[in-house]
This record gives sequence, C-alpha cells and structure tokens, in this order.
Amino acid sequence: MSATDLGPYALLLLVGFLPNEIWRWLGIVLARGLDEDADIVVWVRAMATAVLAAVIARIIVVPPGALAGVALPVRIAAMAIGFAGFLALRRSPFAGIVIGEAALLIGAALFY
Amino acid sequence: MTDDGGRKTEHRPSSGLRPPPSVIWFARGVAATPKSVLLYVVFGTYLGIGALAYDLSFSAGWALATTVLIWAAPNQVVLISGLGSGAGALATAVAVSLSAVRLLPMVVSLLPLLRAPGVRTRALILPAHFTAVSAWVVALQVLPALPREHRVAVCNGIGVGFLVSASAGTLAGYHLAAQLPPLFAAALLFLTPISFFLAVAGGSSRLADRLALIFGLIIGPALALGKVDLDLLWTGIAGGTLAYGVHRLRRGKR
Repeated sequence: MSATDLGPYALLLLVGFLPNEIWRWLGIVLARGLDEDADIVVWVRAMATAVLAAVIARIIVVPPGALAGVALPVRIAAMAIGFAGFLALRRSPFAGIVIGEAALLIGAALFY
Repeated sequence: MTDDGGRKTEHRPSSGLRPPPSVIWFARGVAATPKSVLLYVVFGTYLGIGALAYDLSFSAGWALATTVLIWAAPNQVVLISGLGSGAGALATAVAVSLSAVRLLPMVVSLLPLLRAPGVRTRALILPAHFTAVSAWVVALQVLPALPREHRVAVCNGIGVGFLVSASAGTLAGYHLAAQLPPLFAAALLFLTPISFFLAVAGGSSRLADRLALIFGLIIGPALALGKVDLDLLWTGIAGGTLAYGVHRLRRGKR
C-alpha cells in the first residue's frame, strides 16, 4: 500500500498524529512516581535534546522550501551571529532571533 | 476551597452567573501567553509551517489539522516535507516519531507539577498534548507559584493561548505563501531552527543537556550528509549517551 492510497487526513492520523502523540501518552505513564533528577530521566532528556539539535541542524544543512535558496554559509553564519547576539544581550531569545534573522536577510541579499 | 494563597480577588461581581473557578484559572493561563516572546515567535514559526504546506500542495485545512493534532513545529516540518517530497509513509512515520521522542521527557518533567489529590490521570491527557517547547517553557515558569489544584486549568489555558497563535500563523502563512517574496519565505522558515536553538540553549542549565545540544549539532548533520538511514535516531542515541556519559564521569570525580 502506498501513501497516496490513504486520504490525506487518514495519512495525517497514521503517519503524523499517532507516531507523534504516542510519546506524550508514554510520558503520562512514565511520569508516575518518577523524579525529575532520576538518572534515567537525565539520560532520556539528553537523547531528546540531541534529537532536537539534529532536527535544528538538518533544517540548516538540508533546508526545506525557500530556505534552500539561501547559500549554506549564510545559513550557518546567521545561526552563529544570532547565537552570539543572544549571548551578548543577556541571553534574550528575542534579541538573538532578530539579530539572526537580520543576518540571514543581509547575507541572502548580498550573496543571492 | 479557599486556598487562593492570600491572593487578592479584585472586583468580584456580586450578581449571579459567576464563572466557575476553573474558567477563571484557565483564562489566567491564556492571559500568561502574550507576556512571553514565545507567543510571537510561535506565530512566526507557524507562518513558515503554513507556507511550507502551501509550497508542497497540501490544503489549508490539512495544514491547520497538523498544527492542532501534532502541535510541535519541527515534527510538522518532518511530516510535511517527508510526505511532500514523496518519502514513503513508513519512513516519514519513523522520522516523525524520532523527532517526537523529545516530547516524552518534557511531559515527564511537567506532569509532576500538575499532580494534586483531586487530579485524575484522564485530566493530564490535554496538558500532555499541549506540551511543546513554547507552552512547556511558560508552564514551568508560571505553575510553581500557583495553587496545585488549579494548575491543570492554567496549563490548558497556556496551551490554548499558544495553539490559537499557532493556528492563526498556519492559516496566515498558507494564504500569504503565494504572494511572499522568496527571501521573506526563507526568513520565515529560518525562524524554526533559530528560535528552537535559542530556546534550548537558554533553557538548559545542566551539563548533560548542553553537551547533548552540541553533540547533536555536530553528529546530526554528519549523519544526514552521509545519507545514513535513521540519522535522527542514531544522533539521539549517540549524542545523548555521550553527553550522559560525560555527566556521569564528572559527577564520579567529585
């Protein structure tokens, strides 16, 4: 059976909602009697953080849609500049985002 | 029942039809969201999600349904770009599930805050569904100061506040996508990685989490560019275990 045999909403439920939501449900089960600082929680959270980092990095390295039109060095530099701005300005995510976005736009305009 | 924690309740309407307390606490949760920069970041991020769904020829209703049902922007990017690029249903489901693993520890660390004598497990399903980077960050900031028995209502209010912003963003992005200049579309898509990177970098004060972020940023692209199958899973296991190992070694030396 190919993906297109299912309706788009059935596909969303089976390929999107269930594989995604199962971790939240499992979280409800596992949260019973678990301590936030338990070793297993620290380990699981570290793996989850690494997965999120990989998702972030993949959007930068193998970008979707229009972001692919911006050169790779510009995408990487904009992330680095945004992070530097975040660190310089009292760890404000807002400042970091604005600076990173400005860097992306300027870089893209210069090297488009 | 009178455990407002000494909180002053101004201008209580004395006439009938007073809303039940849970509605008031829910409304407080909703009201907490515009105070966070994340509400606006979420709107912008979801403009990007809507634009991506449009680019890959999905319907606006379907794009909105991904927001309400999945409610995790990076996972939606994985789903939409996976199905849109013709990757198989099974491969896409595995990729979505792998990027969703990170929701588990968020739920595990949030729910203990919501537990109270009268709270049933059933009442935790909705707060667990609302758990995503944005709502989770705000819930962890706001909840500890509030009375336990009202935290579920507040948490649901926070979730709904973010979800409304995200839904509006999804629809606006979808309908703007046709008219968006490519540069602006690129800037919207860039919001997801930069905002989540800074949210994680700012939120993780523990050595294991910081190392996991760094290892993931290095191992992830290496595996993705090397076209390794299940790159997200391997990055999570390798990067997370390595980070946890360093944390254990450091602790052992003390």
